Amino acid sequence: MAKFIIRRLVLGAFIVFFGALVAYAVIRCLPTSFIERMARQLSALPGAKSYNELLEQLNRMYGLDGSILKGFFNWVGYAIRGDFGYSWKFNQPVVQKFNSVIWYSVIINAFTFVLQAVICIPLGILAARKQYSATDYTVTVVALMGISLPTFFLATLLKYFFSIKLGWFDLYGIVGRMHEQMTTWQQVVDIGHHMVLPVVTLMILSIGGLMRYTRTNMLEVLNADYIRTARAKGLPERVVINKHAFRNTMIPLISYASYLLPNMFGGAMITETLFQIPGIGYISYQAITQGDIPFTMFYIVFIEVLTQVSLIIADISYAVADPRVRAN
Amino acid sequence: METRNKGSFGTQKLDDERRVRVLSPGMLVFKRFVRNKLAITGLVILIVMFAFSFLGGLFSPYTQAQVFKHDEAIMKEYATCMLNTDLRYTVRKGAEFPDAAHAQAALAITQGNPSFTYGDRTYSLVKEGEDFYTIGDAIKIVEARTLANKFSLSAVKDSAFTISPAFAAAAQTAITAGAAQFKADGDVYTVVNAGKTSAIYHVESIALATKNVYDPYEEQYKDIATDFGFRYASELALSKGKTQFSFDGANYSYETIDGDIVVSKDENGTAVAVCTISDMLVSSKANDIFLSSQEKSLIRNAIRAKETEFVIQDAAGANVEYRIDRVNQTYTVRTLTESRVITMYEFPTAAHLLGTDSNGMDVMTRLMYGGRISLMVGFVVVFLETFLGIVMGGISGYFGGWIDTAIMRFVDLFNCIPFYPIVMIIGTVMDKMEIDPIKRIFILMAVLGILGWTSIARVVRGQILSLREQDFMVATEATGIRVSRKIFKHLVPNVMPLLIVQATMSLGGIIITEATLSFLGLGVKYPLASWGSIINAATNVHIMTNYWFIWIPAGMLIVLTVLGFNFVGDGLRDAFDPKMKR
Repeated sequence: MAKFIIRRLVLGAFIVFFGALVAYAVIRCLPTSFIERMARQLSALPGAKSYNELLEQLNRMYGLDGSILKGFFNWVGYAIRGDFGYSWKFNQPVVQKFNSVIWYSVIINAFTFVLQAVICIPLGILAARKQYSATDYTVTVVALMGISLPTFFLATLLKYFFSIKLGWFDLYGIVGRMHEQMTTWQQVVDIGHHMVLPVVTLMILSIGGLMRYTRTNMLEVLNADYIRTARAKGLPERVVINKHAFRNTMIPLISYASYLLPNMFGGAMITETLFQIPGIGYISYQAITQGDIPFTMFYIVFIEVLTQVSLIIADISYAVADPRVRAN
Repeated sequence: METRNKGSFGTQKLDDERRVRVLSPGMLVFKRFVRNKLAITGLVILIVMFAFSFLGGLFSPYTQAQVFKHDEAIMKEYATCMLNTDLRYTVRKGAEFPDAAHAQAALAITQGNPSFTYGDRTYSLVKEGEDFYTIGDAIKIVEARTLANKFSLSAVKDSAFTISPAFAAAAQTAITAGAAQFKADGDVYTVVNAGKTSAIYHVESIALATKNVYDPYEEQYKDIATDFGFRYASELALSKGKTQFSFDGANYSYETIDGDIVVSKDENGTAVAVCTISDMLVSSKANDIFLSSQEKSLIRNAIRAKETEFVIQDAAGANVEYRIDRVNQTYTVRTLTESRVITMYEFPTAAHLLGTDSNGMDVMTRLMYGGRISLMVGFVVVFLETFLGIVMGGISGYFGGWIDTAIMRFVDLFNCIPFYPIVMIIGTVMDKMEIDPIKRIFILMAVLGILGWTSIARVVRGQILSLREQDFMVATEATGIRVSRKIFKHLVPNVMPLLIVQATMSLGGIIITEATLSFLGLGVKYPLASWGSIINAATNVHIMTNYWFIWIPAGMLIVLTVLGFNFVGDGLRDAFDPKMKR
């Protein structure tokens, strides 16, 4: 087991390394004039360094004046020591900015995850138990509809109806106008109020996937021989479903949950952008579209590391939950 | 009936093909597919969408970038009218009196100075009447000396001026009295005193300043009305309270009508109006409007009467209403004018079934053309993905070993790269490089294809790993056919059902991805349309709130199309793989 984990970690590190190289190569396609203009704009900001100093610093850290490979190794040298540089867009160290925004995304995604699990797993099981019934068709259609909805359209529709027509929620932002005057408890409620629409958006979008996944896996389990055996020996249906079928369905569900890890910490880029929630997704969207190389590189590497970690966790949790896997 | 049936049975053998209906595997799949209501619904939706996008453009009377305009009557500025409180300068032809010197002149007038300098030149200023001044080039002609009460005059050498007795007498009285100006022989002279010596300047007037405004009646009188000599003669006559004057051999007379003074020329006994003199400056606001003197005096009269509206008959005899708005000393005359404007945000009508957008383009037509791009991007990307997936997955699954490991690590790498951030970076890079919109679509398709092939490669590899152990593969081994043929002729067709399902399902995903990118402004760009870029208008809260017809239909089309693909894909999966049925 330890050997397996070590092998997996080394492989993950390699993949992250090459993934970062790809990202770096793509970013380096930005025209040089853009970087010079960026430095000029940065130097115009209040309290910023001078143009030449900035350009020199950028070149030193990203090797922008040399070849792509040389520049990349240069960057890796700094990144390994935890120095991800200074964000161009936000004018503060990348890691500091990251720490200040990440928790909004985590809270939103945690809420979404809990709601999603509470709604989807029971419905998926129900649909599988009554295959080809009206319930099953409804679940399938709703699930497919959830998959078919583009994030931006759903978010815009929700904003149109709940913010503009009904006026229940604010259109944008994480805090209201009077946030500063509120007591701590009111502030918490205010933030919660602003998170309703983003959470609902994310939930509707993810419902479909999990529901179908549960249904498919449950169907597979229900068709298995040991379920027939359980029924044949006269176990009550409740026990068959809860003890024999559902526990076996849990294995793929655990791996599904661990795949959600990158989502959880990586932020929902489009939803956050549409609701202007200052989480990691919206912040990195701004950084990417405005060519903030330090922040973009950090964000991509962060997601890549998360993906690898989630894969490793999925593998390990498989082994923990399923003795058959452990044997191999 | 019965007998005929009997007869037909009689001619058939037991194993006759017509008695035992054998369905081909394809037919079985088809039958199962057709029985699935959801799948058929999806298929119908897709057919409608394709017809809408690819045939709709042919039937639409408009093109995708056609801008609609209409005539609209808007209150447009027609003329402005100003109470003239400033001195206005008329410069003699050929003389030089730069605009910058006007300020110096105004200063000298308010301070009552007889002369002023601008640049290296000295100008003299003569007050000829109330608010009527002439400005002249002062030329030194005579120097006067008073030495021991003895007064002497000497002409400046270059001036070619001869001192007449009357001039000498006038000069002496003026200088002893300390006057700044004196008159002699009908001319005005200026004295600049410097102790015992005084310089006498003759003034050749080069400009005049007056507050009166001259408006010619006809185009042909424009020259005369702006002429320095004419104005000088007229102003002189006015300041002396005369009712007529002569200039250039013609006689002119004044007549006061409605507060304006009309100057008429005497032509063989009949008086012809030449111009009006007033204290108000009326000028047209547009290049294509010529205001005649009558119109100008009408406007002036309306303003004097403090009216806010008045009516003028136009050339066709129709009454045109004008409105007057006052801001301080400026009056603006407005009138309803027909002008061509872009038909923005028009609500749905029979001509434009879904109205027009912010560029004045037909939303319905743009939806049709946008559908073409959205669907085309979807198909091209899926084709590319599947092609790459089959080749990579096929090679990986068939050869196994280190090739398999290498390709699978490659797949891991691609899976690891976060999709949206990378595509957004590419979009930003394309923005900064200012790539042509059509080229952009191709790059977008290539990028989506290259980033999306991994899942198909995995499916193909997994299937081939199990297929290659089967007997028919041993048979291909025995017959000794080429490796490429083994992979693509014998293995891949067996993976086809799964691939078709996978491709159909991922089509929906790609359409959403493309729409999302276009919505964020990183995908398809104006003037080309895609469904996503049409909804992009809703990022503007004003449009989102007031013009539902611009963004909701596009969103519905995306949802329906993707839903169609997902229904069909789901139906195909069930049809190909009936094992899931209990």
